[in-house]
Amino acid sequence: MKLNLKIWRQESKESKGKFVDYSVDNISEEASFLEMLDTLNESLVSKNSVPVAFDHDCREGICGMCSLVINGEPHGPEKATTTCQLHMRHFKDGDTITIEPWRAQAFPVIKDLTTDRSAFDKIMQSGGFVTARTGSAVDANEIPIPKEVADKAMDAAACIGCGACVAACPNASAMLFTGAKVSHLNSLPQGKAEKERRSLLMVQAMDEAGFGGCTNIGACESVCPKSINLDVIAQLNRDYHSSSFKKIMQF
Amino acid sequence: MNLDSKIPEGPLSEKWSNHKFNMRLVNPANRRKYHVIVVGSGLAGSSAAASLAEQGYNVSCFCYQDSPRRAHSIAAQGGINAAKNYQNDGDSVQRLFYDTIKGGDYRSREANVYRLAEVSTKIIDQCVSQGVPFAREYGGLLANRSFGGAQVSRTFYARGQTGQQLLLGAYSSLNRQIGLGKVTMYTRHEMLDVVVVGGHAKGIIVRNLVTGEITRHAADCVVLASGGYGNVFYLSTNAQACNVTATYRAYKRGAGFANPCFTQIHPTCIPVHGEDQAKLTLMSESLRNDGRVWVPKSKELAEKIRSGEINPNSIPEEDRDYYLERKYPSFGNLAPRDISSRSAKEVCDEGRGVASTGLGVYLDFRDAIIRDGEQAIRERYGNLFEMYNRITGENPYQTPMMIFPAVHYTMGGLWVDYNLQSTIPGLFVAGEANFSDHGANRLGASALMQGLADGYFVVPYTVGNYLGELGIAEAGFSNTQEDAFEQVEAEVKQRIDQFMNMKGTRSPRSFHKELGQIIWNYCGMSRNQSGLNEAIEKLQKLKKEFWQNVLVVGKAEELNAELERAGRVADFIEFGELMCRDALMREESCGGHFREEHQTNEGEALRNDSDYAFVGVWEYKGEGQIPVLQKEDLAFENVALATRSYK
Ligand SMILES: Cc1cc2nc3c(=O)[nH]c(=O)nc-3n(C[C@H](O)[C@H](O)[C@H](O)COP(=O)(O)OP(=O)(O)OC[C@H]3O[C@@H](n4cnc5c(N)ncnc54)[C@H](O)[C@@H]3O)c2cc1C
Repeated sequence: MKLNLKIWRQESKESKGKFVDYSVDNISEEASFLEMLDTLNESLVSKNSVPVAFDHDCREGICGMCSLVINGEPHGPEKATTTCQLHMRHFKDGDTITIEPWRAQAFPVIKDLTTDRSAFDKIMQSGGFVTARTGSAVDANEIPIPKEVADKAMDAAACIGCGACVAACPNASAMLFTGAKVSHLNSLPQGKAEKERRSLLMVQAMDEAGFGGCTNIGACESVCPKSINLDVIAQLNRDYHSSSFKKIMQF
Repeated sequence: MNLDSKIPEGPLSEKWSNHKFNMRLVNPANRRKYHVIVVGSGLAGSSAAASLAEQGYNVSCFCYQDSPRRAHSIAAQGGINAAKNYQNDGDSVQRLFYDTIKGGDYRSREANVYRLAEVSTKIIDQCVSQGVPFAREYGGLLANRSFGGAQVSRTFYARGQTGQQLLLGAYSSLNRQIGLGKVTMYTRHEMLDVVVVGGHAKGIIVRNLVTGEITRHAADCVVLASGGYGNVFYLSTNAQACNVTATYRAYKRGAGFANPCFTQIHPTCIPVHGEDQAKLTLMSESLRNDGRVWVPKSKELAEKIRSGEINPNSIPEEDRDYYLERKYPSFGNLAPRDISSRSAKEVCDEGRGVASTGLGVYLDFRDAIIRDGEQAIRERYGNLFEMYNRITGENPYQTPMMIFPAVHYTMGGLWVDYNLQSTIPGLFVAGEANFSDHGANRLGASALMQGLADGYFVVPYTVGNYLGELGIAEAGFSNTQEDAFEQVEAEVKQRIDQFMNMKGTRSPRSFHKELGQIIWNYCGMSRNQSGLNEAIEKLQKLKKEFWQNVLVVGKAEELNAELERAGRVADFIEFGELMCRDALMREESCGGHFREEHQTNEGEALRNDSDYAFVGVWEYKGEGQIPVLQKEDLAFENVALATRSYK
């Protein structure tokens, strides 16, 4: 099929960006969205033009590297699907597709469609872990965990850290991401000892990184490629408030 | 080249504990004076960096992705082995050891494999303590499943996302150390060379992928955990930027490269769809527990399927060939990867393949659905079926899934001794990047185990021992002002200039594709002498053309994916030649290496233990020189060499 593309081009973090029109031809329905962009890039290279920069790596929907707002939707039109797993059979011959980077203050554009998402790592470094030094663990079956609890933790842990939730949120809030991590660790017995500390520190890091506040819109949930549920935000709020309360009471 | 494997004395089961006891300890107060570089943040790199930092060493860790959490370990689906025997089904350290040696077709080192089996149990404990949400039974205990080629249930898993969850565990430990200031993390940085000072590895040269800046990093030793080189095939199940650069550069600086031709072709991947394809997707091998592999008995029927004339469901039982069940009745659809892959190739070569290209076989769940119900199958494989549907647009509950083999793992890698140290002192290699443990074929769910064994439980000890032997007077001695750094940096910069100034006509990707075709055709699932010779000739031509005609657009001082690919492809082309030389040298068939000249009358692999029970280690001799083969003879004192039989 033949497609018209409107792609955001921006040379560097400092420069001003703009949309540029391209067209690609002979795209197979079986191709993935990123393979379509590869084709565009190969044709740009053959004309000695600089190809479009975009992040991608595993192309299996799990590394969280790929991003792209496609026709206004993070990761495009298919539910629970990352851009790399989106296939061209979902588009029609002659379609015009608009492609933009994640847009959020905390995720500055590095080049074209590539953004800097290191703010997520900062949140994780502040408390997204269980302190478990190598070699200090007890036998794994000494901590029986009911299946329902383990399953719930796994639901939250499925987050791939892509940032679509932030890109979809009008406030550019990172509550779904942070909630997922907090919910994963706080639900498990191993994570209980640091539950309060973790909730406080991660929310603080999130605020410091420049993410906006949550006003319960729910756009994050609907674009999440891993279908992370809004419940994780509720749990984060609960754990955060009870932790703040305890902290106040201690002083 | 010194290939002393440094296997400790004593009985197999006591080697590792004795060795640990005999190691030098570094006084905790002195540890902060040492600096260790870790290249890679996958399972091996993250776990090593975190554990070393916990011990008190200063660590710099590098990865090319924008976050350490995105290393390719994240993509592993199926699971991780450990000899816990939680199922009480007869598993033990001894059995895991034996299965790994046998699975590797007797081309790995006993002592290393035994240690791997021994520490495997601690890995699960460690991961659970970090909060890795492994699958559980209703009673709250850990669940297990059996996995490709094993007759016990020793595989731990977290839905179809085991690699992701294990990596997030290691990443969380790493994060804690980054937060504490013990690890400095360099994301979007690519290592382009190793710096050797006075015979010891003392640093690396890296490129900042965002600014293009080239910088020098010095340390007291270097750990490479840069993953495998499957992308030499262009199409593989690896992530797009997986590369051989880190290990190949080390090879060019004097590290021996072991068994480069030992690559694993995974039997259950989604077939290729067309020319523009950039990546092959793996379908977890666990599917083979319930799916039955078949093709039509006749070419005529296969043709009708390919043209869409008939639907596979309408083919009666007597016209189907369940070839794995037929050929290997005791293992059936669970036959090891190399055997399953080769069998798929055989039936497709006979013209009985399905998929529009003729390169595909069925993995059919019809009988399992009749037996256990659709709901049960959905619970077991729901996410995999969804993924299949997303990619192919077909519904595997109704139409049999189609699969075909694809490159998936590389058993070869930098040669290391028992301490995971390469032939360059101070250069340690962990995870898929080294050659240890899997011989000529890796068992399913054993790579995650090895990556974490190396990173959590081996490297932290052996690096400590190396630093202890180096002595405290040497700590922090190397600095980036030394001549060696200057010189290597100049070489790295000159190479980049060369790429930028070439102004040829072909993109790096087009060279990569051509390279992949050559390797797949001549050094893939089956190999022969004349083909390999032809491949070497073609690769030399390709290399020549590359260095005259590659086109790298853009600038070197910015984010430039073309420049990145050019560097990786340049190394892959040279490396491909090394692979072919290795495959040519090894006049036997073993594991993933099938030489057509060496097979039984029934077409099974024919190993040659009297002449080839060695690790083939290649020593670089300079530009344009043929590398020299060195051998580490393998001694089997605890397992009797036997013909692998899965019949
Ligand atoms: C699709 C798939 C499924 C799999 N499933 C399973 C499974 O179920 N069970 C199992 O046991 N194994 C599985 N494997 C194999 C297993 O995942 C890998 O062998 C293992 O995770 C490799 O870990 P690693 O730490 O050695 O390397 P990787 O995870 O590949 O990490 C390499 C790291 O090195 C960095 N790096 C590489 N080159 C450079 C450079 N030049 N400069 C700087 N940094 C660099 C990367 O950024 C990355 O951080 C699977 C593999 C694939 C591809």
